[in-house]
Amino acid sequence: MTIGLGHYLSVAAILFTLGIFGIFLNRKNVIVILMSIELILLSVNINLVAFSSFLGDIVGQVYALIVLTVAAAEAAIGLAILVAYFRNRGSIAVEDINLMKG
Amino acid sequence: MIINAIFFYLFAGIAVASAVMVIASRNPVHSVLFLILAFVSGAGLFVLLGAEFLAMILIIVYVGAVAVLFLFVVMMLDVDFAELRQGFLNYLPIGALVGAVLLAELLLVVGAWVIGPDVTKAIVSPIPSPSEISNTQALGLVLYTRYVYFFEAAGMILLVAMVGAIVLTLEHKPNVRRQSIADQVARHPSSAIEIVKVKSGQGLS
Repeated sequence: MTIGLGHYLSVAAILFTLGIFGIFLNRKNVIVILMSIELILLSVNINLVAFSSFLGDIVGQVYALIVLTVAAAEAAIGLAILVAYFRNRGSIAVEDINLMKG
Repeated sequence: MIINAIFFYLFAGIAVASAVMVIASRNPVHSVLFLILAFVSGAGLFVLLGAEFLAMILIIVYVGAVAVLFLFVVMMLDVDFAELRQGFLNYLPIGALVGAVLLAELLLVVGAWVIGPDVTKAIVSPIPSPSEISNTQALGLVLYTRYVYFFEAAGMILLVAMVGAIVLTLEHKPNVRRQSIADQVARHPSSAIEIVKVKSGQGLS
């Protein structure tokens, strides 16, 4: 019953897949899409820390810290854009976000 | 060792189950709360891996800041979330297909993968024994010396994010009286007050 690196990588893979699945499933709801992105970043962090721990190199944890920072910044900016958008249009449905005709 | 395994399966199971609830929950407030649960169990996994500092940072930054930010936004926006859920089942097959393919690929990678023989030689900064130096101190010894530019870049990213969020959400309403600091500083006695000599018994007309 020893827990190896593969166990942690499997958990991270499942979380990553659930994040991707969430983006597909909630195509209309930007807030849940942002939460799915947070899940994906969490799974990446689990990967980095697992490799750092099992290989005995602390640099992986430094990278995990950077990823954490970027994730926090991304959430703040994303939600700020969402609030500004809702103020202008009164809706956050993804298919209404077509002003730039992308 | 058995305790380790029990806690691993506990935290991993809770993390995966709450991740499912994040994407499947009807109410976005519940989604945010399950996201918090997923992050807390992720922090538990970090503790099991010996990264206590990152576990605490995960709880403070994510649960304390990001998840509460999500909660604020979900509750502040007056959105009909039931309407946003329409078409939920339409996207289920394609999402399940992509997810299954991705999961199969990732698990094949995890199953077939080995550590190369040269990897252990290439370790840059080995983790010191926890009995000598705590994880926080070991991380600080590396982060503030060799990776100090990464650290400063992280600070710049947070600064830019803060300024950007303020600029995006700040709005100037037209009918609000605002403080004009330049006018206040430029105010001078000669323009602000008038001294009138009043003769006794006459008063001001």
